[in-house]
Amino acid sequence: MILSRLAGRPVLLVIGLVAALLLPWFVYPPVALDIACWALFAAAVDLLLGFTGLLSFGHAAFWGSAAYATGLIAVHSGLPFPVAVLGGAAFSAVLAVPIGYLSIRLRGIYFAMVTLAFAQMVYFVANQWRDVTGGENGLQGIPRDFFGVDLSDPFFFYYAGLPFILAGLFVAWRIVRSPFGRVLVSIRDNSARARALGYSIDRYKLLVFVLSAALSGLGGGLFAIGHGFASLDGVYWTTSGQAVMMVVLGGIGTLWGGAIGAALIVELNDRLATAGFQETGIITGAIFIVVVLVFRRGVWGTARTLLER
Amino acid sequence: MAGPVPGSPVLAARGLVREFRGFRAVDGVDLDVAEGSVHALVGPNGAGKTTLFNLLTGFLKPTAGSVRLGPHELAGRSPEHVARLGLARSFQITSLFAELTPLQHVELALAGRTGLGWRFWRSDKALRRFSGRAAELLEQVGLDGHGATPAGALAYGRKRALELALALALDPKVLLLDEPTAGMGVEDVDRTVRLIQRVRETGGRTLTVVMVEHNMSVVSSLADRVTVLQQGRVLVEGPYAEIRHDPRVVTAYLGDSNAAH
Ligand SMILES: Nc1ncnc2c1ncn2[C@@H]1O[C@H](COP(=O)(O)OP(=O)(O)O)[C@@H](O)[C@H]1O
Ligand SMILES: [Mg+2]
Repeated sequence: MILSRLAGRPVLLVIGLVAALLLPWFVYPPVALDIACWALFAAAVDLLLGFTGLLSFGHAAFWGSAAYATGLIAVHSGLPFPVAVLGGAAFSAVLAVPIGYLSIRLRGIYFAMVTLAFAQMVYFVANQWRDVTGGENGLQGIPRDFFGVDLSDPFFFYYAGLPFILAGLFVAWRIVRSPFGRVLVSIRDNSARARALGYSIDRYKLLVFVLSAALSGLGGGLFAIGHGFASLDGVYWTTSGQAVMMVVLGGIGTLWGGAIGAALIVELNDRLATAGFQETGIITGAIFIVVVLVFRRGVWGTARTLLER
Repeated sequence: MAGPVPGSPVLAARGLVREFRGFRAVDGVDLDVAEGSVHALVGPNGAGKTTLFNLLTGFLKPTAGSVRLGPHELAGRSPEHVARLGLARSFQITSLFAELTPLQHVELALAGRTGLGWRFWRSDKALRRFSGRAAELLEQVGLDGHGATPAGALAYGRKRALELALALALDPKVLLLDEPTAGMGVEDVDRTVRLIQRVRETGGRTLTVVMVEHNMSVVSSLADRVTVLQQGRVLVEGPYAEIRHDPRVVTAYLGDSNAAH
Protein backbone atom coordinates (compact mmCIF):
# COMPACT_ATOMS: atom_id res chain seq x y z
CA MET A 1 0.00 0.00 0.00
CA ILE A 2 2.59 2.52 1.11
CA LEU A 3 4.83 1.52 -1.73
CA SER A 4 2.06 1.80 -4.25
CA ARG A 5 1.23 5.28 -2.96
CA LEU A 6 4.86 6.19 -3.28
CA ALA A 7 4.59 5.17 -6.89
CA GLY A 8 2.06 7.95 -7.37
CA ARG A 9 3.36 10.57 -9.70
CA PRO A 10 3.58 13.71 -7.52
CA VAL A 11 5.98 12.03 -5.12
CA LEU A 12 8.21 10.72 -7.87
CA LEU A 13 8.08 14.06 -9.62
CA VAL A 14 9.34 15.79 -6.48
CA ILE A 15 12.08 13.18 -6.00
CA GLY A 16 13.14 13.60 -9.61
CA LEU A 17 13.22 17.37 -9.39
CA VAL A 18 15.19 17.31 -6.14
CA ALA A 19 17.66 14.87 -7.68
CA ALA A 20 18.05 17.12 -10.71
CA LEU A 21 18.62 20.16 -8.50
CA LEU A 22 21.13 18.46 -6.21
CA LEU A 23 23.02 16.56 -8.89
CA PRO A 24 26.05 18.91 -9.23
CA TRP A 25 26.61 18.66 -5.48
CA PHE A 26 27.17 14.94 -5.75
CA VAL A 27 28.82 14.51 -9.09
CA TYR A 28 31.44 16.60 -10.82
CA PRO A 29 29.38 19.52 -12.25
CA PRO A 30 30.42 19.10 -15.91
CA VAL A 31 29.42 15.45 -15.61
CA ALA A 32 26.12 16.51 -14.06
CA LEU A 33 25.36 18.58 -17.16
CA ASP A 34 26.34 15.67 -19.40
CA ILE A 35 23.91 13.44 -17.52
CA ALA A 36 21.12 15.98 -17.93
CA CYS A 37 21.75 16.36 -21.66
CA TRP A 38 21.92 12.61 -22.24
CA ALA A 39 18.78 12.12 -20.14
CA LEU A 40 16.87 14.34 -22.53
CA PHE A 41 18.45 12.59 -25.51
CA ALA A 42 17.42 9.21 -24.13
CA ALA A 43 13.85 10.40 -23.52
CA ALA A 44 13.73 11.61 -27.13
CA VAL A 45 14.91 8.22 -28.38
CA ASP A 46 12.36 6.51 -26.13
CA LEU A 47 9.57 8.54 -27.74
CA LEU A 48 10.32 6.56 -30.88
CA LEU A 49 11.46 3.26 -29.44
CA GLY A 50 9.12 2.89 -26.48
CA PHE A 51 6.04 4.76 -27.60
CA THR A 52 5.98 4.35 -31.37
CA GLY A 53 7.90 1.11 -31.79
CA LEU A 54 10.64 2.61 -33.99
CA LEU A 55 14.27 1.81 -33.22
CA SER A 56 16.31 4.70 -34.59
CA PHE A 57 19.96 3.92 -34.83
CA GLY A 58 20.80 7.29 -36.31
CA HIS A 59 19.90 9.86 -33.70
CA ALA A 60 23.51 10.96 -33.49
CA ALA A 61 22.68 12.88 -36.66
CA PHE A 62 20.36 15.10 -34.66
CA TRP A 63 22.32 15.33 -31.43
CA GLY A 64 25.59 15.97 -33.22
CA SER A 65 24.46 18.33 -35.94
CA ALA A 66 22.56 20.39 -33.38
CA ALA A 67 25.84 20.64 -31.49
CA TYR A 68 27.51 22.08 -34.60
CA ALA A 69 24.58 24.34 -35.42
CA THR A 70 24.41 25.63 -31.84
CA GLY A 71 28.16 26.16 -31.78
CA LEU A 72 28.16 27.99 -35.11
CA ILE A 73 25.35 30.28 -34.02
CA ALA A 74 27.10 31.04 -30.75
CA VAL A 75 30.50 31.59 -32.39
CA HIS A 76 29.36 33.72 -35.32
CA SER A 77 26.40 35.64 -33.96
CA GLY A 78 27.42 36.30 -30.39
CA LEU A 79 23.80 35.76 -29.35
CA PRO A 80 23.01 34.48 -25.84
CA PHE A 81 23.42 30.73 -25.49
CA PRO A 82 19.66 29.95 -25.18
CA VAL A 83 19.12 31.32 -28.68
CA ALA A 84 21.96 29.19 -30.01
CA VAL A 85 20.60 26.07 -28.29
CA LEU A 86 17.08 26.60 -29.60
CA GLY A 87 18.54 27.30 -33.05
CA GLY A 88 20.38 23.98 -32.89
CA ALA A 89 17.18 22.15 -31.93
CA ALA A 90 15.37 23.81 -34.83
CA PHE A 91 18.16 22.76 -37.18
CA SER A 92 17.75 19.13 -36.09
CA ALA A 93 14.00 19.32 -36.57
CA VAL A 94 14.48 20.55 -40.13
CA LEU A 95 17.10 17.89 -40.85
CA ALA A 96 14.68 15.25 -39.51
CA VAL A 97 12.05 16.05 -42.13
CA PRO A 98 13.83 14.52 -45.15
CA ILE A 99 15.53 11.78 -43.11
CA GLY A 100 12.25 10.86 -41.44
CA TYR A 101 10.31 11.06 -44.67
CA LEU A 102 12.63 8.60 -46.34
CA SER A 103 12.90 6.16 -43.44
CA ILE A 104 9.61 5.95 -41.51
CA ARG A 105 7.97 3.75 -44.13
CA LEU A 106 10.43 1.01 -43.24
CA ARG A 107 9.98 -1.28 -40.31
CA GLY A 108 12.08 -2.94 -37.68
CA ILE A 109 15.67 -3.56 -38.55
CA TYR A 110 15.33 -1.82 -41.93
CA PHE A 111 14.32 1.39 -40.24
CA ALA A 112 17.28 1.07 -37.87
CA MET A 113 19.65 0.46 -40.79
CA VAL A 114 18.41 3.36 -42.91
CA THR A 115 18.55 5.82 -40.02
CA LEU A 116 22.09 4.58 -39.33
CA ALA A 117 22.99 5.14 -42.96
CA PHE A 118 21.69 8.71 -42.89
CA ALA A 119 23.61 9.40 -39.70
CA GLN A 120 26.78 8.11 -41.35
CA MET A 121 26.16 10.51 -44.23
CA VAL A 122 25.88 13.36 -41.74
CA TYR A 123 29.13 12.17 -40.16
CA PHE A 124 30.79 12.10 -43.57
CA VAL A 125 29.68 15.64 -44.36
CA ALA A 126 30.80 16.89 -40.94
CA ASN A 127 34.18 15.25 -41.43
CA GLN A 128 34.71 16.66 -44.92
CA TRP A 129 33.40 20.13 -44.35
CA ARG A 130 36.38 21.22 -42.27
CA ASP A 131 36.01 24.94 -42.88
CA VAL A 132 32.76 24.91 -41.00
CA THR A 133 32.99 22.04 -38.53
CA GLY A 134 36.70 21.95 -37.88
CA GLY A 135 36.85 18.34 -39.06
CA GLU A 136 38.72 16.11 -36.63
CA ASN A 137 39.66 19.04 -34.43
CA GLY A 138 36.03 19.85 -33.83
CA LEU A 139 34.44 23.25 -33.57
CA GLN A 140 36.41 24.97 -30.85
CA GLY A 141 35.81 27.95 -28.63
CA ILE A 142 32.03 27.98 -28.41
CA PRO A 143 31.11 30.85 -26.06
CA ARG A 144 28.36 30.73 -23.49
CA ASP A 145 27.10 34.27 -23.48
CA PHE A 146 24.16 35.20 -21.38
CA PHE A 147 23.78 38.98 -21.25
CA GLY A 148 27.18 39.36 -19.67
CA VAL A 149 26.45 36.95 -16.79
CA ASP A 150 29.55 34.93 -15.98
CA LEU A 151 28.62 31.28 -16.53
CA SER A 152 32.15 29.96 -16.91
CA ASP A 153 31.84 27.93 -13.70
CA PRO A 154 30.31 24.56 -14.70
CA PHE A 155 28.45 24.48 -11.40
CA PHE A 156 26.50 27.58 -12.29
CA PHE A 157 26.16 26.67 -15.92
CA TYR A 158 24.41 23.47 -14.86
CA TYR A 159 21.63 25.57 -13.37
CA ALA A 160 21.53 27.79 -16.43
CA GLY A 161 21.08 24.76 -18.67
CA LEU A 162 18.77 22.70 -16.47
CA PRO A 163 15.57 24.62 -17.38
CA PHE A 164 16.07 23.61 -21.02
CA ILE A 165 16.42 19.97 -20.08
CA LEU A 166 13.40 20.08 -17.80
CA ALA A 167 11.36 21.86 -20.44
CA GLY A 168 12.42 19.23 -22.99
CA LEU A 169 11.49 16.40 -20.63
CA PHE A 170 8.17 18.06 -19.98
CA VAL A 171 7.49 18.25 -23.71
CA ALA A 172 8.34 14.56 -24.09
CA TRP A 173 6.00 13.71 -21.22
CA ARG A 174 3.26 15.89 -22.67
CA ILE A 175 3.60 14.14 -26.03
CA VAL A 176 3.31 10.72 -24.43
CA ARG A 177 0.23 11.74 -22.44
CA SER A 178 -1.58 13.49 -25.28
CA PRO A 179 -4.16 12.36 -27.85
CA PHE A 180 -1.22 12.21 -30.25
CA GLY A 181 0.60 9.92 -27.81
CA ARG A 182 -2.44 7.64 -27.73
CA VAL A 183 -2.31 7.36 -31.50
CA LEU A 184 1.42 6.59 -31.32
CA VAL A 185 0.81 3.74 -28.89
CA SER A 186 -1.86 2.36 -31.20
CA ILE A 187 0.58 2.48 -34.11
CA ARG A 188 3.16 0.70 -31.98
CA ASP A 189 0.76 -2.02 -30.87
CA ASN A 190 -1.04 -2.61 -34.16
CA SER A 191 -0.34 -0.34 -37.08
CA ALA A 192 -2.74 -2.09 -39.49
CA ARG A 193 -5.56 -1.55 -37.05
CA ALA A 194 -4.61 2.09 -36.57
CA ARG A 195 -4.81 2.56 -40.34
CA ALA A 196 -8.18 0.80 -40.48
CA LEU A 197 -9.38 3.42 -37.98
CA GLY A 198 -8.42 6.12 -40.46
CA TYR A 199 -5.06 7.24 -39.03
CA SER A 200 -2.37 8.17 -41.55
CA ILE A 201 0.31 6.38 -39.64
CA ASP A 202 3.19 7.56 -41.82
CA ARG A 203 2.40 11.18 -41.06
CA TYR A 204 2.10 10.48 -37.38
CA LYS A 205 5.44 8.70 -37.43
CA LEU A 206 7.02 11.58 -39.30
CA LEU A 207 5.78 14.11 -36.77
CA VAL A 208 7.04 12.14 -33.79
CA PHE A 209 10.34 11.61 -35.58
CA VAL A 210 10.75 15.36 -36.03
CA LEU A 211 9.74 16.08 -32.44
CA SER A 212 12.17 13.46 -31.21
CA ALA A 213 14.94 14.96 -33.34
CA ALA A 214 14.23 18.45 -31.98
CA LEU A 215 14.47 17.23 -28.39
CA SER A 216 17.66 15.33 -29.19
CA GLY A 217 19.01 18.51 -30.73
CA LEU A 218 18.13 20.49 -27.62
CA GLY A 219 20.24 18.08 -25.59
CA GLY A 220 23.08 18.04 -28.11
CA GLY A 221 23.18 21.83 -28.41
CA LEU A 222 23.33 22.33 -24.68
CA PHE A 223 26.02 19.65 -24.49
CA ALA A 224 28.11 21.61 -27.00
CA ILE A 225 27.71 24.86 -25.06
CA GLY A 226 28.59 23.06 -21.84
CA HIS A 227 31.80 21.65 -23.31
CA GLY A 228 32.66 24.73 -25.33
CA PHE A 229 33.17 22.63 -28.44
CA ALA A 230 31.36 20.35 -30.85
CA SER A 231 33.15 17.25 -32.07
CA LEU A 232 32.82 14.50 -34.62
CA ASP A 233 32.04 12.12 -31.75
CA GLY A 234 28.62 13.72 -31.55
CA VAL A 235 27.62 12.57 -35.03
CA TYR A 236 29.40 9.21 -34.82
CA TRP A 237 27.26 6.07 -34.71
CA THR A 238 28.44 5.14 -31.21
CA THR A 239 26.52 8.18 -29.96
CA SER A 240 23.31 6.75 -31.42
CA GLY A 241 24.14 3.41 -29.88
CA GLN A 242 24.82 4.90 -26.48
CA ALA A 243 21.44 6.67 -26.43
CA VAL A 244 19.65 3.43 -27.31
CA MET A 245 21.66 1.64 -24.63
CA MET A 246 20.57 4.19 -22.01
CA VAL A 247 16.93 3.68 -22.94
CA VAL A 248 17.22 -0.10 -22.77
CA LEU A 249 19.11 0.09 -19.46
CA GLY A 250 16.53 2.39 -17.90
CA GLY A 251 13.54 0.66 -19.44
CA ILE A 252 11.99 1.01 -22.87
CA GLY A 253 8.71 2.91 -22.87
CA THR A 254 9.21 4.41 -19.41
CA LEU A 255 10.45 7.84 -20.52
CA TRP A 256 12.16 8.51 -17.14
CA GLY A 257 14.13 5.29 -17.30
CA GLY A 258 16.39 6.87 -19.89
CA ALA A 259 17.50 9.42 -17.28
CA ILE A 260 18.63 6.60 -15.00
CA GLY A 261 20.40 4.92 -17.89
CA ALA A 262 22.06 8.22 -18.72
CA ALA A 263 23.21 8.76 -15.14
CA LEU A 264 24.63 5.24 -14.93
CA ILE A 265 26.51 5.30 -18.20
CA VAL A 266 27.82 8.87 -18.08
CA GLU A 267 28.98 8.56 -14.49
CA LEU A 268 30.55 5.18 -15.14
CA ASN A 269 32.34 6.40 -18.26
CA ASP A 270 33.68 9.34 -16.29
CA ARG A 271 34.98 7.21 -13.41
CA LEU A 272 36.62 4.77 -15.77
CA ALA A 273 38.20 7.59 -17.73
CA THR A 274 39.57 9.32 -14.63
CA ALA A 275 40.95 5.97 -13.49
CA GLY A 276 42.92 5.95 -16.72
CA PHE A 277 40.89 3.14 -18.24
CA GLN A 278 40.88 3.31 -22.01
CA GLU A 279 38.41 0.69 -23.18
CA THR A 280 35.33 1.88 -21.30
CA GLY A 281 33.12 0.27 -23.91
CA ILE A 282 33.92 -3.23 -22.72
CA ILE A 283 32.87 -2.42 -19.15
CA THR A 284 29.68 -0.55 -20.05
CA GLY A 285 28.90 -3.27 -22.55
CA ALA A 286 29.26 -5.98 -19.94
CA ILE A 287 27.13 -4.08 -17.44
CA PHE A 288 24.57 -3.52 -20.14
CA ILE A 289 24.33 -7.24 -20.83
CA VAL A 290 23.99 -8.07 -17.14
CA VAL A 291 21.30 -5.46 -16.53
CA VAL A 292 19.34 -6.52 -19.59
CA LEU A 293 19.50 -10.15 -18.50
CA VAL A 294 18.62 -9.50 -14.86
CA PHE A 295 16.12 -6.67 -15.28
CA ARG A 296 14.22 -7.52 -18.41
CA ARG A 297 12.33 -4.24 -18.33
CA GLY A 298 15.31 -2.12 -17.48
CA VAL A 299 16.07 -0.53 -14.12
CA TRP A 300 13.10 1.80 -14.04
CA GLY A 301 10.68 -0.62 -15.64
CA THR A 302 11.54 -3.26 -13.05
CA ALA A 303 11.35 -0.79 -10.16
CA ARG A 304 7.98 0.41 -11.36
CA THR A 305 6.63 -3.10 -11.57
CA LEU A 306 7.80 -3.77 -8.01
CA LEU A 307 6.30 -0.52 -6.71
CA GLU A 308 2.98 -1.18 -8.36
CA ARG A 309 2.58 -4.55 -6.68
CA MET B 1 -30.58 14.95 -56.44
CA ALA B 2 -32.35 11.75 -55.47
CA GLY B 3 -30.98 9.65 -52.61
CA PRO B 4 -29.38 6.30 -53.31
CA VAL B 5 -31.80 3.87 -54.95
CA PRO B 6 -32.50 1.00 -52.55
CA GLY B 7 -30.83 -2.10 -53.83
CA SER B 8 -28.39 -0.25 -56.09
CA PRO B 9 -24.76 -1.23 -55.61
CA VAL B 10 -23.01 0.91 -53.01
CA LEU B 11 -19.81 -1.07 -53.32
CA ALA B 12 -18.74 -2.43 -56.69
CA ALA B 13 -15.58 -4.21 -57.78
CA ARG B 14 -14.70 -4.81 -61.42
CA GLY B 15 -12.09 -7.20 -62.72
CA LEU B 16 -10.11 -7.27 -59.48
CA VAL B 17 -6.83 -9.16 -59.78
CA ARG B 18 -4.10 -9.67 -57.23
CA GLU B 19 -0.97 -11.62 -57.99
CA PHE B 20 1.61 -12.84 -55.49
CA ARG B 21 4.74 -13.63 -57.47
CA GLY B 22 2.76 -14.86 -60.45
CA PHE B 23 0.16 -16.66 -58.35
CA ARG B 24 -3.30 -15.14 -58.77
CA ALA B 25 -4.92 -15.16 -55.34
CA VAL B 26 -7.76 -13.03 -56.70
CA ASP B 27 -8.35 -13.55 -60.39
CA GLY B 28 -10.81 -11.20 -62.08
CA VAL B 29 -13.49 -10.76 -59.44
CA ASP B 30 -16.63 -8.67 -60.05
CA LEU B 31 -18.69 -7.90 -56.99
CA ASP B 32 -21.81 -5.78 -56.53
CA VAL B 33 -22.97 -5.13 -53.00
CA ALA B 34 -26.48 -3.71 -52.83
CA GLU B 35 -27.23 -0.79 -50.53
CA GLY B 36 -28.67 -2.03 -47.26
CA SER B 37 -27.98 -5.70 -47.89
CA VAL B 38 -25.90 -8.34 -46.17
CA HIS B 39 -23.60 -9.93 -48.69
CA ALA B 40 -21.76 -13.09 -47.72
CA LEU B 41 -18.49 -14.24 -49.26
CA VAL B 42 -17.94 -17.93 -48.91
CA GLY B 43 -15.48 -20.38 -50.32
CA PRO B 44 -12.89 -22.91 -49.24
CA ASN B 45 -9.77 -21.95 -47.38
CA GLY B 46 -7.35 -20.16 -49.67
CA ALA B 47 -10.09 -19.09 -52.09
CA GLY B 48 -8.96 -15.48 -51.82
CA LYS B 49 -11.59 -14.03 -49.50
CA THR B 50 -9.22 -12.23 -47.16
CA THR B 51 -7.15 -11.05 -50.10
CA LEU B 52 -10.31 -9.64 -51.65
CA PHE B 53 -11.06 -7.81 -48.39
CA ASN B 54 -7.55 -6.42 -48.39
CA LEU B 55 -8.02 -5.21 -51.95
CA LEU B 56 -11.33 -3.54 -51.12
CA THR B 57 -9.90 -1.79 -48.05
CA GLY B 58 -6.59 -0.60 -49.49
CA PHE B 59 -4.37 -2.97 -47.50
CA LEU B 60 -3.29 -4.47 -50.82
CA LYS B 61 -3.00 -2.72 -54.17
CA PRO B 62 -4.79 -4.57 -56.96
CA THR B 63 -2.68 -5.83 -59.84
CA ALA B 64 -5.65 -4.84 -62.00
CA GLY B 65 -9.24 -3.77 -61.59
CA SER B 66 -11.26 -1.12 -59.82
CA VAL B 67 -13.30 -0.70 -56.66
CA ARG B 68 -15.98 1.94 -56.27
CA LEU B 69 -17.68 3.03 -53.08
CA GLY B 70 -20.55 5.27 -54.12
CA PRO B 71 -18.88 8.00 -56.18
CA HIS B 72 -15.34 7.24 -54.97
CA GLU B 73 -12.74 5.12 -56.71
CA LEU B 74 -10.92 3.19 -53.99
CA ALA B 75 -8.30 1.19 -55.86
CA GLY B 76 -4.85 2.55 -55.13
CA ARG B 77 -5.92 4.50 -52.05
CA SER B 78 -4.37 3.95 -48.63
CA PRO B 79 -6.26 1.97 -45.96
CA GLU B 80 -6.71 5.09 -43.85
CA HIS B 81 -8.21 6.95 -46.79
CA VAL B 82 -10.59 4.08 -47.56
CA ALA B 83 -11.62 3.99 -43.89
CA ARG B 84 -12.34 7.71 -43.92
CA LEU B 85 -14.43 7.34 -47.08
CA GLY B 86 -16.72 5.00 -45.18
CA LEU B 87 -15.52 1.44 -45.65
CA ALA B 88 -14.82 -0.04 -42.23
CA ARG B 89 -13.46 -3.51 -41.59
CA SER B 90 -12.81 -6.04 -38.91
CA PHE B 91 -9.92 -8.46 -39.13
CA GLN B 92 -10.02 -12.23 -39.39
CA ILE B 93 -7.54 -12.51 -36.55
CA THR B 94 -8.59 -10.37 -33.63
CA SER B 95 -6.66 -7.20 -33.96
CA LEU B 96 -6.59 -4.83 -31.02
CA PHE B 97 -4.23 -2.57 -29.08
CA ALA B 98 -2.94 -4.67 -26.23
CA GLU B 99 -2.41 -1.88 -23.71
CA LEU B 100 -5.58 0.11 -24.27
CA THR B 101 -8.96 -0.47 -22.67
CA PRO B 102 -12.10 -0.98 -24.77
CA LEU B 103 -13.20 2.53 -23.91
CA GLN B 104 -9.86 3.93 -25.11
CA HIS B 105 -10.13 1.86 -28.28
CA VAL B 106 -13.49 3.30 -29.18
CA GLU B 107 -12.46 6.83 -28.20
CA LEU B 108 -9.54 6.53 -30.56
CA ALA B 109 -11.81 5.31 -33.35
CA LEU B 110 -14.19 8.22 -32.77
CA ALA B 111 -11.36 10.75 -32.60
CA GLY B 112 -10.04 9.67 -35.99
CA ARG B 113 -12.33 12.01 -37.88
CA THR B 114 -11.63 15.07 -35.76
CA GLY B 115 -7.90 15.74 -36.03
CA LEU B 116 -7.61 15.61 -32.24
CA GLY B 117 -4.98 12.91 -32.72
CA TRP B 118 -2.50 15.55 -33.88
CA ARG B 119 -2.67 17.59 -30.70
CA PHE B 120 0.57 16.54 -29.06
CA TRP B 121 0.45 19.58 -26.79
CA ARG B 122 -2.88 18.67 -25.20
CA SER B 123 -3.68 16.34 -22.34
CA ASP B 124 -5.04 12.96 -23.36
CA LYS B 125 -7.99 13.81 -21.13
CA ALA B 126 -9.25 15.68 -24.20
CA LEU B 127 -10.22 12.27 -25.59
CA ARG B 128 -12.82 11.95 -22.86
CA ARG B 129 -15.13 14.13 -24.89
CA PHE B 130 -15.83 10.92 -26.83
CA SER B 131 -16.36 8.71 -23.83
CA GLY B 132 -20.13 9.18 -23.81
CA ARG B 133 -20.53 8.00 -27.37
CA ALA B 134 -17.90 5.32 -26.81
CA ALA B 135 -19.83 3.95 -23.85
CA GLU B 136 -22.97 3.85 -26.00
CA LEU B 137 -21.20 1.85 -28.67
CA LEU B 138 -19.78 -0.54 -26.10
CA GLU B 139 -23.25 -1.02 -24.70
CA GLN B 140 -24.59 -1.66 -28.19
CA VAL B 141 -22.19 -4.60 -28.64
CA GLY B 142 -22.77 -5.84 -25.10
CA LEU B 143 -19.49 -4.69 -23.63
CA ASP B 144 -20.92 -2.33 -21.03
CA GLY B 145 -19.16 -3.01 -17.78
CA HIS B 146 -15.95 -4.00 -19.57
CA GLY B 147 -14.91 -0.54 -20.67
CA ALA B 148 -11.94 -0.35 -18.31
CA THR B 149 -10.47 -3.87 -18.66
CA PRO B 150 -7.28 -3.94 -20.74
CA ALA B 151 -8.25 -5.35 -24.12
CA GLY B 152 -5.64 -8.08 -23.83
CA ALA B 153 -7.47 -9.52 -20.82
CA LEU B 154 -10.88 -9.79 -22.49
CA ALA B 155 -12.41 -13.15 -23.36
CA TYR B 156 -12.30 -14.08 -27.03
CA GLY B 157 -15.96 -13.40 -27.78
CA ARG B 158 -15.67 -9.98 -26.17
CA LYS B 159 -12.65 -9.14 -28.25
CA ARG B 160 -14.66 -9.88 -31.36
CA ALA B 161 -17.45 -7.67 -30.02
CA LEU B 162 -14.93 -4.88 -29.51
CA GLU B 163 -13.78 -5.32 -33.10
CA LEU B 164 -17.35 -4.71 -34.15
CA ALA B 165 -17.69 -1.65 -31.92
CA LEU B 166 -14.53 -0.20 -33.45
CA ALA B 167 -15.82 -0.63 -36.97
CA LEU B 168 -19.19 0.87 -35.99
CA ALA B 169 -17.48 3.84 -34.37
CA LEU B 170 -16.30 4.88 -37.82
CA ASP B 171 -19.95 5.33 -38.82
CA PRO B 172 -19.30 3.46 -42.04
CA LYS B 173 -21.30 3.25 -45.24
CA VAL B 174 -20.27 -0.36 -45.63
CA LEU B 175 -19.01 -2.73 -42.96
CA LEU B 176 -16.66 -5.57 -43.91
CA LEU B 177 -16.46 -8.42 -41.42
CA ASP B 178 -13.84 -11.10 -41.94
CA GLU B 179 -15.07 -14.28 -40.27
CA PRO B 180 -16.86 -12.61 -37.35
CA THR B 181 -17.80 -15.96 -35.82
CA ALA B 182 -14.52 -17.81 -36.41
CA GLY B 183 -13.43 -19.86 -33.43
CA MET B 184 -16.65 -19.31 -31.50
CA GLY B 185 -18.82 -21.82 -29.71
CA VAL B 186 -22.49 -22.18 -30.67
CA GLU B 187 -23.71 -19.73 -28.04
CA ASP B 188 -21.29 -17.01 -29.04
CA VAL B 189 -22.17 -17.58 -32.70
CA ASP B 190 -25.86 -17.06 -31.99
CA ARG B 191 -25.14 -13.99 -29.94
CA THR B 192 -22.95 -12.57 -32.72
CA VAL B 193 -25.66 -13.16 -35.32
CA ARG B 194 -28.17 -11.31 -33.19
CA LEU B 195 -25.64 -8.59 -32.55
CA ILE B 196 -25.00 -8.04 -36.25
CA GLN B 197 -28.73 -7.95 -36.93
CA ARG B 198 -29.22 -5.44 -34.15
CA VAL B 199 -26.38 -3.06 -34.96
CA ARG B 200 -27.33 -2.92 -38.63
CA GLU B 201 -30.63 -1.29 -37.82
CA THR B 202 -29.45 1.63 -35.73
CA GLY B 203 -29.41 5.29 -36.63
CA GLY B 204 -32.52 5.13 -38.81
CA ARG B 205 -30.92 3.28 -41.70
CA THR B 206 -29.81 -0.17 -42.58
CA LEU B 207 -26.08 -0.68 -42.66
CA THR B 208 -24.63 -2.55 -45.62
CA VAL B 209 -22.51 -5.52 -44.55
CA VAL B 210 -20.09 -7.72 -46.45
CA MET B 211 -18.98 -10.74 -44.48
CA VAL B 212 -16.71 -13.68 -44.96
CA GLU B 213 -18.39 -16.57 -43.23
CA HIS B 214 -17.89 -20.30 -43.12
CA ASN B 215 -20.81 -21.16 -40.94
CA MET B 216 -23.74 -21.86 -43.31
CA SER B 217 -26.39 -21.35 -40.67
CA VAL B 218 -24.99 -17.87 -40.07
CA VAL B 219 -25.02 -17.20 -43.80
CA SER B 220 -28.59 -18.42 -44.14
CA SER B 221 -29.87 -16.32 -41.27
CA LEU B 222 -28.07 -13.11 -42.21
CA ALA B 223 -27.20 -12.97 -45.89
CA ASP B 224 -29.36 -11.54 -48.65
CA ARG B 225 -26.87 -12.56 -51.31
CA VAL B 226 -23.96 -14.94 -51.41
CA THR B 227 -20.88 -14.91 -53.60
CA VAL B 228 -18.96 -18.17 -53.73
CA LEU B 229 -15.27 -17.82 -54.45
CA GLN B 230 -13.01 -20.60 -55.56
CA GLN B 231 -9.36 -20.28 -56.51
CA GLY B 232 -9.67 -16.53 -56.76
CA ARG B 233 -12.71 -16.53 -59.04
CA VAL B 234 -16.43 -16.13 -58.56
CA LEU B 235 -17.96 -19.57 -58.89
CA VAL B 236 -21.59 -18.53 -58.43
CA GLU B 237 -23.52 -15.63 -57.04
CA GLY B 238 -27.11 -15.38 -55.91
CA PRO B 239 -29.52 -15.61 -52.98
CA TYR B 240 -28.59 -18.24 -50.43
CA ALA B 241 -31.65 -20.35 -51.27
CA GLU B 242 -30.43 -20.61 -54.87
CA ILE B 243 -26.74 -21.16 -54.44
CA ARG B 244 -27.05 -23.81 -51.74
CA HIS B 245 -28.50 -26.21 -54.27
CA ASP B 246 -26.09 -25.35 -57.06
CA PRO B 247 -24.21 -28.56 -57.84
CA ARG B 248 -20.93 -26.72 -58.43
CA VAL B 249 -21.14 -25.15 -55.01
CA VAL B 250 -22.01 -28.39 -53.35
CA THR B 251 -18.95 -30.10 -54.74
CA ALA B 252 -16.62 -27.13 -54.37
CA TYR B 253 -17.53 -26.03 -50.95
CA LEU B 254 -20.71 -26.95 -49.18
CA GLY B 255 -19.78 -30.60 -49.37
CA ASP B 256 -17.11 -30.05 -46.74
CA SER B 257 -18.58 -26.93 -45.16
CA ASN B 258 -18.72 -28.41 -41.71
CA ALA B 259 -15.03 -29.12 -41.77
CA ALA B 260 -13.99 -25.85 -43.36
CA HIS B 261 -12.15 -23.15 -41.45
N1 LIG C 1 0.81 -11.82 -48.76
C1 LIG C 1 0.71 -12.97 -49.47
N2 LIG C 1 1.77 -13.44 -50.14
C2 LIG C 1 1.69 -14.58 -50.86
N3 LIG C 1 0.57 -15.31 -50.96
C3 LIG C 1 -0.53 -14.90 -50.31
C4 LIG C 1 -0.52 -13.71 -49.53
N4 LIG C 1 -1.76 -13.54 -49.00
C5 LIG C 1 -2.50 -14.57 -49.42
N5 LIG C 1 -1.78 -15.38 -50.21
C6 LIG C 1 -2.27 -16.59 -50.87
O1 LIG C 1 -3.45 -16.26 -51.55
C7 LIG C 1 -4.40 -17.29 -51.42
C8 LIG C 1 -5.67 -16.75 -50.86
O2 LIG C 1 -5.49 -16.45 -49.48
P1 LIG C 1 -6.63 -15.78 -48.60
O3 LIG C 1 -7.14 -14.59 -49.30
O4 LIG C 1 -6.09 -15.59 -47.25
O5 LIG C 1 -7.72 -16.91 -48.58
P2 LIG C 1 -9.03 -17.07 -47.71
O6 LIG C 1 -9.20 -15.86 -46.86
O7 LIG C 1 -10.12 -17.25 -48.70
O8 LIG C 1 -8.84 -18.30 -46.88
C9 LIG C 1 -3.78 -18.38 -50.57
O9 LIG C 1 -3.25 -19.37 -51.42
C10 LIG C 1 -2.66 -17.65 -49.86
O10 LIG C 1 -1.59 -18.52 -49.59
MG1 LIG D 1 -9.27 -15.59 -44.75
